[in-house]
Amino acid sequence: MSKAAELAALIGSQTAQGNKNLVKNGSMVVSQRATSSTSITTAGYYTVDRQYVEINNAGTWTMTQSDDVPAGEGFAKSFKYDCTTADTSLGTSHYFIHRYSIEGQDLQQLMYGTSSAKPVTISFFVKSNKTGTYVCELQQLATDGSFPRSGKAFTINSANTWEKKTVTINGNTAKFTPDSNARGMDIMIWLAAGTDFTSGTFNAGNSWTTTNNERVGALTVNIADSTANEILFTGLQMEIGEVATPFEHEDFATTLEKCQRYYFESKRVGAGGVDYGQVGRISNQVQGLYTQPLPTPLRGSPTITANPAYNTGSSWNNNLSGVTNVTWTGAPALYSWHANKNSVEWSVAQTSIASGYVGMVIQPYANTGQSENYISFDAEL
Amino acid sequence: MNITNAKYRNGPIIIEGVAPEANIGVDCLIDGKHVVVPTDPANRHYAEILKQVAAGELTIADAD
Repeated sequence: MSKAAELAALIGSQTAQGNKNLVKNGSMVVSQRATSSTSITTAGYYTVDRQYVEINNAGTWTMTQSDDVPAGEGFAKSFKYDCTTADTSLGTSHYFIHRYSIEGQDLQQLMYGTSSAKPVTISFFVKSNKTGTYVCELQQLATDGSFPRSGKAFTINSANTWEKKTVTINGNTAKFTPDSNARGMDIMIWLAAGTDFTSGTFNAGNSWTTTNNERVGALTVNIADSTANEILFTGLQMEIGEVATPFEHEDFATTLEKCQRYYFESKRVGAGGVDYGQVGRISNQVQGLYTQPLPTPLRGSPTITANPAYNTGSSWNNNLSGVTNVTWTGAPALYSWHANKNSVEWSVAQTSIASGYVGMVIQPYANTGQSENYISFDAEL
Repeated sequence: MNITNAKYRNGPIIIEGVAPEANIGVDCLIDGKHVVVPTDPANRHYAEILKQVAAGELTIADAD
């Protein structure tokens, strides 16, 4: 193919256009929750935004937003897993997976469920002391409730060396992806798995299957088998087509805004401990009602969490500025969320207050003096 | 995800004398943190609660 034809094909594939990366925060620069978290044994979001760990009885881990990055690629951060308690003999149903999830409405351009379903190419940089063959899988959460999967193997060839890996996976012509804010697809990078997932014949990424034991037959490593093990990722990108193009870097503010669709924290400012941006009213003698402005509309109904928890050290009150504090008696609860709107309302129970205060303006107030008090809004997939 | 002490939560009283909306959330501990999970299947925590309830691993008490 001539260079002109290659260029035309690239443009036609849409991969040469901006905003090509279906992964948000693939450069691992945003880490709202924490930059490091220790003693992790269960699934969840812990450090770097949008990056989820699926773990089931596969060791104990420290997860970190790391400054260790591949040279000459323009990255500043990576995501690091460090094994602190090993599991040398995984049970049949046990696993350890790095997962990235995508909303169904962002996947309609892939035209899954039609004869025009498009292939995607996933690329990332990886570094580990643990050489061997791993599996990168796509898991579709189809409209019929099934979970079709298709994966391909990749190999870490050199210990403790950054390497770029690329896999291309054909589109699923048989199953639709939901056109909604629900989870529609997962990128699953398998780092350890029991025989429930490895005992079948690996489908090698050319077809989609719902059979569990065909998912990762090519996996030859157990990243959890030694406390000397660690693995780092950055530059995660998924784009339409069969070509891995260079990683699409973007400015920090853009990436942060994308991440805040899924999670954000309202943190206190000033010595008084009042949470900036939250103003409410006493809705009745035993309840406060708050409106929280959002930096960007949240994907869905958030789980709201007070940090520290409302009942540890009597930390939280509804503060009637200059008048009095009314102690919270329960955890905050979402009252209303609306799609694509820029605020949510939440309520919290309080000790009873005189009827004369109903309707007065309040702000949440943590009275224990911590500088790190905040309220989080979690609408992750 | 370790979920315990699950109990439905009614909505706030917005107007005195008008009954609050029922079961707007599930009051529970998730991995030791006290939260109220909105009863929206698109919320990942509520999806997990429904999964554990279906598996018989969790029950949700009625709201007060």
